[in-house]
Amino acid sequence: MGWLGPAELEALRLSLRVSFWATLVTLPFGIFVAYALARWRFPGRQLLNGLVHLPLILPPVVTGYLLLLTFGIQGPLGKLLAELGIVVAFRWTGAALAAGIMAFPLMVRAIRLSIEAVDPKLEQAGATLGASRLFVFATVTLPMILPGVIAGAILAFAKAMGEFGATITFVSNIPGQTQTLPSAVYAFLQVPGGENAATRLVVVSIIIAMGALLLSEYVGRRAAERVSGS
Amino acid sequence: MSLSVRLQHELPDMQLDLSFDAPPGVTVLFGRSGSGKTTVVNAVAGLLRPAAGRVAVDGWELFDTEQGLWLPPHRRRLGYIFQEGRLFPHLTVRQNLSYGRWFAPKGARRENPDKVIEMLGIGHMLNRRPAGLSGGEKQRVAIGRALLASPRLILADEPLAALDDARKAEILPYFERLRDEVSVPILYVTHAAAEVARLATSVVALQDGKVVRHGPASDVLADPSVAPAGVRAVGAVLQVKVCEHHADGLTELDAGGARLFLPRIPHQIGEDLRIRIPAQEVILSNKRPEGLSALNMLEGVVDSIRAGEGPGAIVSVKTPAGPILARVTRRSVAALGLEPGCVCFAVIKTVALAPQDVGGRLNAS
Repeated sequence: MGWLGPAELEALRLSLRVSFWATLVTLPFGIFVAYALARWRFPGRQLLNGLVHLPLILPPVVTGYLLLLTFGIQGPLGKLLAELGIVVAFRWTGAALAAGIMAFPLMVRAIRLSIEAVDPKLEQAGATLGASRLFVFATVTLPMILPGVIAGAILAFAKAMGEFGATITFVSNIPGQTQTLPSAVYAFLQVPGGENAATRLVVVSIIIAMGALLLSEYVGRRAAERVSGS
Repeated sequence: MSLSVRLQHELPDMQLDLSFDAPPGVTVLFGRSGSGKTTVVNAVAGLLRPAAGRVAVDGWELFDTEQGLWLPPHRRRLGYIFQEGRLFPHLTVRQNLSYGRWFAPKGARRENPDKVIEMLGIGHMLNRRPAGLSGGEKQRVAIGRALLASPRLILADEPLAALDDARKAEILPYFERLRDEVSVPILYVTHAAAEVARLATSVVALQDGKVVRHGPASDVLADPSVAPAGVRAVGAVLQVKVCEHHADGLTELDAGGARLFLPRIPHQIGEDLRIRIPAQEVILSNKRPEGLSALNMLEGVVDSIRAGEGPGAIVSVKTPAGPILARVTRRSVAALGLEPGCVCFAVIKTVALAPQDVGGRLNAS
């Protein structure tokens, strides 16, 4: 990557780290929420569905501002976390939080679709053979939704890589700390002579986005073949 | 091993209210679709929670609403064979077979996998996945999977309904072996009289969520007033022994001293069988018929005549082979002057006795 300057490289590395953790930490929640929405009927289900989708439809800057109000140093959750020694405001962890929340709806949608495609009768069959619900989930449902989970995770990763509005509002644009790839592109475009650096990062963005897409197609297809048993 | 079932449940289009105690062996729930059969099986399995009732296998309670007892499905130790197989598509045949085995308590693992695999003839497909199996093969694997969970009770919900006739003929013998070689009681749901005749130790006939008849297959199938699957299902069930295989492709059977001929069947000479004779394949005559192509003729005495709502009547004839049922028109009954006590001859066309109506040996009934 010799053709990238140190600042650009730093932004790329930070973006990868932020997106990786954002995806990894939200994945279990994403699977759980998708399962709940697909399989359980409970009061407040529509409300949960709406909340999950909110970041998708709100202007990102609004989501970022709400994060700042909640997780900022003065925010209720921010204060609580600060007492535990965790500060997210203006840190890379905050960027990961913003990216995770923005990517969450996409992840849940992909996983939920794959759960709805699993015949509940197979889960019943597992139960009659002596498997508890958790075990049925681990041995029947999860392997069968694996393609959806992988697709959801890769989609979320790509979304996290591109997240800009909520991140810059919540954790600003501090080089080395919160300056992710899109923020860096934006910053380079604000200074005279920064176009070359910005263009290089744009190329990197395109490569990563396309790579993620191809990878998700490939892995998803492999997993689907395995699951369908052909 | 016995099964005791009492259930009350409100369904959208009917009220389920029934109870029965089943002896060991195969208990067939017999009735047309919508009679509540599957609801009963699902309640026994714990997949459906009935409004009230109690189910116990050999005194061990699966649920009892009065005591507030409800075992979840995975703690009931059942083997459920579904109509559509429901094999796990992402697992190989071998993994499917061992799925239930993982959960069976170590001490309860009665069935030997190698023996079950051999009994079902599935040894050559262990490393394949369900998508590559035929319907009949899938159902054999499903039987094995249920059996290897070492269940206390096997449930089978129309396990042959999704198969064509050839596949049905392929699978039925495995259920007979299950009945004769494995000591687990079986609750078997069907609407096919042929399956009842071959498998049932006892039959529970259901109609609109109620038990309308409970007894041995020969009694229930012979009773046109219940006729759960319609009058076409009425027929006599006879106990027979294989006498001889003739060179012209016929098999000769001994039925209480009388001789019956039917197209060659694969059973050994000397073997005890049960055979179903559908009432609509029987012709009656008040004189000994002559110049007739039919080979099977049984002399007997009219026992009863039951006229239905339509133009038909069911005539029960006592013969040395056992009671034979004939479905004839009321007009014929009048024309022949048939009434209880009359001597008459029952004529059965040889080719009307289909191989799927012939079952393997049966200990009970």
